[in-house]
Amino acid sequence: MQITRRHFFRVMGVAGASVAVRPPATHAWESKAPPDPYGCVVDLTRCVGCRKCEEACAEVNGLPEPERVNCQCTIFETDRRPDHDAFTVVNRYYTGRVDEFDKPVPTYAKVQCMHCQDPACVSACIVGALTKDETGTVRYDVTKCIGCRYCMVACPFEIPAYEYHDPITPRVMKCTFCYDRISGEGGIPGCATICPTEAITFGRRDTLLKVAKKRVKDNPARYLPHIYGEKEVGGTSWMYLSGVPFEQVNLPILPETPSPKLSETIQHSLFSYLWSPILLFGALGGLMAWFNKNDNHPDKGGV
Amino acid sequence: MQHAARPLKRPLWTPGVLVMLVFMFAGALAIIARFTGGIGYVTNLTNARPWGIWVGIDVATGVALAAGGFTTAALAHIFGRHYYEPVTRPALLTAVLGYTFVVIGLLVDIGRSWAIWKPMFYWNFNSVLFEVAMCVMIYLTVLYIEFLPIVAEQFKGRVNLPGILSGLNRLVDNLLEAADRILGKVMWVFIILGVVLSCMHQSSLGSLMLVAPTKLHPLWYTPILPLLFLTSAIAVGYPMVVFETTLATASFKLESEMKILAPLTRVTLFLLGFYMVLKIGDMAVRGTWSYLLDGTYQTNSFVVELLFGVMIPWVMLLFKSVRESARGVFTAAALIVGGVVLNRVNVFIVGYRSPLTESGYFPAPSEILVTLGLIATLMFIYRVVVTYLPVLQAPKEVSS
Repeated sequence: MQITRRHFFRVMGVAGASVAVRPPATHAWESKAPPDPYGCVVDLTRCVGCRKCEEACAEVNGLPEPERVNCQCTIFETDRRPDHDAFTVVNRYYTGRVDEFDKPVPTYAKVQCMHCQDPACVSACIVGALTKDETGTVRYDVTKCIGCRYCMVACPFEIPAYEYHDPITPRVMKCTFCYDRISGEGGIPGCATICPTEAITFGRRDTLLKVAKKRVKDNPARYLPHIYGEKEVGGTSWMYLSGVPFEQVNLPILPETPSPKLSETIQHSLFSYLWSPILLFGALGGLMAWFNKNDNHPDKGGV
Repeated sequence: MQHAARPLKRPLWTPGVLVMLVFMFAGALAIIARFTGGIGYVTNLTNARPWGIWVGIDVATGVALAAGGFTTAALAHIFGRHYYEPVTRPALLTAVLGYTFVVIGLLVDIGRSWAIWKPMFYWNFNSVLFEVAMCVMIYLTVLYIEFLPIVAEQFKGRVNLPGILSGLNRLVDNLLEAADRILGKVMWVFIILGVVLSCMHQSSLGSLMLVAPTKLHPLWYTPILPLLFLTSAIAVGYPMVVFETTLATASFKLESEMKILAPLTRVTLFLLGFYMVLKIGDMAVRGTWSYLLDGTYQTNSFVVELLFGVMIPWVMLLFKSVRESARGVFTAAALIVGGVVLNRVNVFIVGYRSPLTESGYFPAPSEILVTLGLIATLMFIYRVVVTYLPVLQAPKEVSS
């Protein structure tokens, strides 16, 4: 091992200079949410479980026809999740609500990508194949994807699905928010267009929040005073109104902190401008010079 | 009797090696199935459970157990404890092979293996995985550079390529000579770089799960998870060297390295103690000890990890009698290694809870065969390398 004083000071000089010029960034974490995204409000009190949204979604996104497309009965016997063939599915839940004849009343809930304001999947994606667009859409670029499935690990809503049976070119599959439509003038997602009961309202997220709050205020007996997605994981573009607790319709109870906040704060405070690795390199170089100074005579080379 | 690292020159095809070959063959078949039928054909992975043992064991555990490479390099080369140099070479070989197989494991696990180069061009600085990938990539290169002098030492001046390639003998020889000479001067840069890169990605492997606060069981989900990963990797470095050196010397019937290994256990006592204090302190501060007795398999797995993987070996090493007995040191080291393996499996598999779908995951047989096959291949190559290259300490009269 040869490490001379000259070597050492040269390296320390470089390390010192880099640290001096670029102090570690200590900015607090900031949301990267777009300023005026689109969104949707799903009003579970209006949904009748017709599954037209599933059909429209499949058509717009070029997916296979939904499973038993006209079935509004036995299809609900199993709880379904969106997968690589279906970006949205409707499930039926009996939550204990009964009508005036004591008959159980079902609640139907459509589920799809929530298009989070600060999406965990976008933060996690190793190559930035997932991005949060100005429209609010969380978009997927298959040309960058390497298939690590970290987005699926990160997603708090368990949404991204994978083409597990494609050996060479599998894709991550999830709701596209019908990006090609909504990014154009007056475009509306397939599901929101077709919904016969107007259970899905599309619009600017801010406007939707006002609409949702007004509905709750005007009809407090019908709704819980909670707009799901207003604050969950820092807010989502898709939001829900319901008369039954959200966790009973498979919408998980989540913290208000955006999922990526902690990991991004740690990563950026440690590795901005690589200040800590450079400092560590300098410190170890110093220790190495110190501990090895006695055996620095020229014939003692080699590891 | 003068000892030095020498090729062992023992017969390669022992019964043990034949067993390895069986596993390698089975693993190869499973990998062929993976690349014809898809990941879904050979694994029990689902949309709710996207990472299984290929990530939890092949990648995360592989990286942790290769930590002996940078911890021994730091001790012998940076802190100038040249006494430990005999164990740096086997530790370095373990790291080279360990990281190589981490990458091979990743190639099998990621859906688009052919796209593995893409992170070099598409950067996401918010992604913990991006940082881990960059560090692992550079560190693997650094490890090969660190290993090159061992190859040069064996072949310098006697390059003898077969048949038609023999015309290149002189060129290859000169290249080796030049590489060896240049590396001798700048190796210190790579040694420090290796330690820095290791600290970065060993800790960041722990940050991986921080992006999913609702999915990892609170016993493991802590803001100091990266620190716990780093300290446990550092703590497991020497026990892993003890573990494998003991196995290797026993398997090759070499003289025991106890003389060198015993003092390492005193360092381990300190390093493991530090990890233990952090882990228990974290549990106390966050109040997660309240989960300890709820009897779920996750909690039980945590208790086993902490008790048998950390506390019991630490207490064992407190006793001088244990530290001075080969069997005692080996047992403690094996427990510590097992504890870190279980910790990584716990963080990536056992402690992972999908929020909406019940996803009891147990790896499929072919999934297990891939992992076993990769481990067997690693051990086989280790054996080949120590047979033909100067890695392990062998008395001269045996090797000649």
